[in-house]
Amino acid sequence: MSDNLNSGLDSTATFSIDGRRVPFEAGQTILQAALAAGVYIPHLCNHPDLKPHGSCKMCTVIVNGRNGSACTARAMPGLEVENDTPALNDRRRVLLQMLFVEGNHFCPGCEKSGNCQLQALAYDLEMLAPHFRHAFPARVVDASHPDIWLDLNRCIMCELCVRASRDLDGKSVFMLAGRGTNSRVVVNSPSGLLKDSALTIDDRAAHICPVGAILPKRVGYAVPIGERQFDQATIGHQVDYLAKRTIPIRPVAAETAAATEGN
Amino acid sequence: MSDASELHDLIEQVLQRYQRRPDRLVQILHDIQDGLGYLSDATIALLAERLQISYAQVRSTRDFYAFFYSEDRGQYRILFSDNVTDRMAGNQALFQQMLDYFNLQPGKVSRDGLVSVDLTSCTGMCDQGPAILVNEMAITRMTPQRVNQVCALVSAGVPLAQWPSGFFAVDDNIRRADCLLGASPEPGESIRAAIARGREGMLAEMKHSNLRGRGGAGFTTAIKWEACRNAAGEQRYIVCNGDEGEPGTFKDRVLLQSYAGRVFEGMVIAAYTVGAQLGLLYLRAEYRYLRPRLEAFLAGMRAQNLLGKDIVGVSGFDFDIEIHLGAGAYICGEETALIESLEGKAGKPRVRPPFPVACGYLNQPTVVNNVETLCKATEIAIHGGAWYEAIGTKQSTGTKVLSVSGDCARPGIYEYAFGVRISQVLEDCGARNAIAVQVSGASGACLSERELGRRIAFEDVPTAGSFMIFDKQRDMFEVARNFAHFFKHESCGFCTPCRGGTALISSMMDKIAEGRGTQYEMNELLRLQAVMKTSSHCGLGQTAGNAIADTVQKFRPAYERRLAQTDFVPAFDLDAALAKARHLSGRDDAHAHLGEEV
Repeated sequence: MSDNLNSGLDSTATFSIDGRRVPFEAGQTILQAALAAGVYIPHLCNHPDLKPHGSCKMCTVIVNGRNGSACTARAMPGLEVENDTPALNDRRRVLLQMLFVEGNHFCPGCEKSGNCQLQALAYDLEMLAPHFRHAFPARVVDASHPDIWLDLNRCIMCELCVRASRDLDGKSVFMLAGRGTNSRVVVNSPSGLLKDSALTIDDRAAHICPVGAILPKRVGYAVPIGERQFDQATIGHQVDYLAKRTIPIRPVAAETAAATEGN
Repeated sequence: MSDASELHDLIEQVLQRYQRRPDRLVQILHDIQDGLGYLSDATIALLAERLQISYAQVRSTRDFYAFFYSEDRGQYRILFSDNVTDRMAGNQALFQQMLDYFNLQPGKVSRDGLVSVDLTSCTGMCDQGPAILVNEMAITRMTPQRVNQVCALVSAGVPLAQWPSGFFAVDDNIRRADCLLGASPEPGESIRAAIARGREGMLAEMKHSNLRGRGGAGFTTAIKWEACRNAAGEQRYIVCNGDEGEPGTFKDRVLLQSYAGRVFEGMVIAAYTVGAQLGLLYLRAEYRYLRPRLEAFLAGMRAQNLLGKDIVGVSGFDFDIEIHLGAGAYICGEETALIESLEGKAGKPRVRPPFPVACGYLNQPTVVNNVETLCKATEIAIHGGAWYEAIGTKQSTGTKVLSVSGDCARPGIYEYAFGVRISQVLEDCGARNAIAVQVSGASGACLSERELGRRIAFEDVPTAGSFMIFDKQRDMFEVARNFAHFFKHESCGFCTPCRGGTALISSMMDKIAEGRGTQYEMNELLRLQAVMKTSSHCGLGQTAGNAIADTVQKFRPAYERRLAQTDFVPAFDLDAALAKARHLSGRDDAHAHLGEEV
């Protein structure tokens, strides 16, 4: 980047990403500072309203020569971060391909198509094919809830629903159970079914899924394909959306959250 | 129903034992499973209600650990250790023999609910394998005769406590003792020596000694202790990492079995130096047989005032040690995963920083040290840092305990000063014709004949202690494939590269084994390894591809002789895929097959 782009920034509160100076506030992670400055770093398991998690590893960058997750690494003065390089994007494509083959992702038949971050990242990183052998796992679809549809075929195990339900809704409806490739989201109810859980359509957990694993019922294709979030521009050009997105829902009743918080 | 009230009583008893603490969940699940044989959904639902935590939370913990069962696995749950050294000693034939005896499929319980037989990751008996676990009790030196004896005892329903005690004998096999294994200080000697040096003095000696952690990573112990001491917190904890799960390692088993005093005194010294009041020994479930004698040892230390209040008369120096049992998860050897497990959760590594020294067990400053590292602290307390620093090499001071197994005349425990050459170890253990040595376990390095002049030291070949020897009759491809399966089984699933990469590497190795691999797969293995190494969240994923990469590069012929002579063969076999259709239609004639002849 040219020098005039970087001029006027206080060097004690900046670091660089691919040579561009990025300001930050104390306590910000590299990803937060980058998004705030309009610099795109690919990511899936991060959300501005939740504590960083660091599991999808899409945001892996090279910080002063060492690999690290941009979502969990703190911004520090003078850091030199490599982000948008052919080698790092190549790695990210491999990670994306791993996610595509470990689940059952059929974009043409998925209501989330066009609003799906996994699909959007695949377009943005020019992932042309899943490359690896599909695992075709047998996974559960839970259609028991009157308002919410849970299709684990599409789950990428980012735990956004787990964290949103626990930290934002105060309900802990979801939990990741099992180990390795047998990991799966389980529902907190005696029957294991969503209908017997505390999840309601008002919950932020019901709307936070970056893929089509948790979807509201009866609103299919309300926005036509072609006019959806990532149809407008590739995800890499929607930094502002990623930095500030709020989940468009009715607020949770404060007393409900407080009552269940003791858990 | 009386069954229901018995269940309630059992849960109540167990909960009282653990003061109804949700952070004791792993221990609680162990004790309930001991009573019931398995942990059904109904059992954990009741338990969740009583503990006032969510059902999904209990389920998440239960389903993470290999030794917790959601379904009945029988009165006798038999697991064959499936490390490559067990395989070399013939465990597969013995496994099949036992399955045949009971007419069982692997992992399936017999119709009468008596027994199940399955495989498990390395149980740490590589010097006396093949080994099995029966209801988590270790039995070593399995032979066809011993398999028959075990089968007869199971069939007759003889309680485990009445089985011949010789079955459960675990030998130390100490072949070479140096300063640690050769010394026998008086009980409490090292604690008194540390106290005589004072807190500052002891820390100064630790710094001088340049002792580095023996778990593999080699972090300087004094820096950990000092950081923990200086961190802000209400309580400080000393955790002894006894989750020795690295395939081929068994030195901690020997240290805990015959040098428990050194381990526990090391914890007391650490507690004295950093100001901790509680210590936790995390004992892997495979070493459960050690628990009663370790508990007895701790009771003895309390009686001698080496634990408890005002230890050895130092007013205000209060410290005690609890034993926590693991439940079959290699990942819990990673210190933050271990802490999660101590807190009753699935053992998934935390985001670091913050490091445990600042925010560890129950979010308090915590020192996590390897069993062997803590033993070393007792040597430094007694002899001083300068004495210690003079042993070994500049960057790797002191001695290292190696667990030697595989193709050699005298497998067992060898203690050497750091800097010993691989070739020296091979000579001492009677290994002729070695073509490869896997140093530091499945996550370590595979050294070829050309590298046997290298030295065991952090600056050359670092190791957590595993030393597996392969001679010229061994197939290094099958060694690497065993490790690939191990990592797929043990990946915690938290991060994409490890969860996805271990599964893909494992299936590619199987494809090559089936004769469907090509040069394409060889390149793919290396490409996956590079992504896992650079992107994974913790050491497991970062190192899971090492043995594959090493063997692809150093033992290429072992792979190449299996490769098809084309650019690419799909893993998918169309004719095999029709097997189900043939079965359903009851046909198996030539026209029901796809092939050249049709």
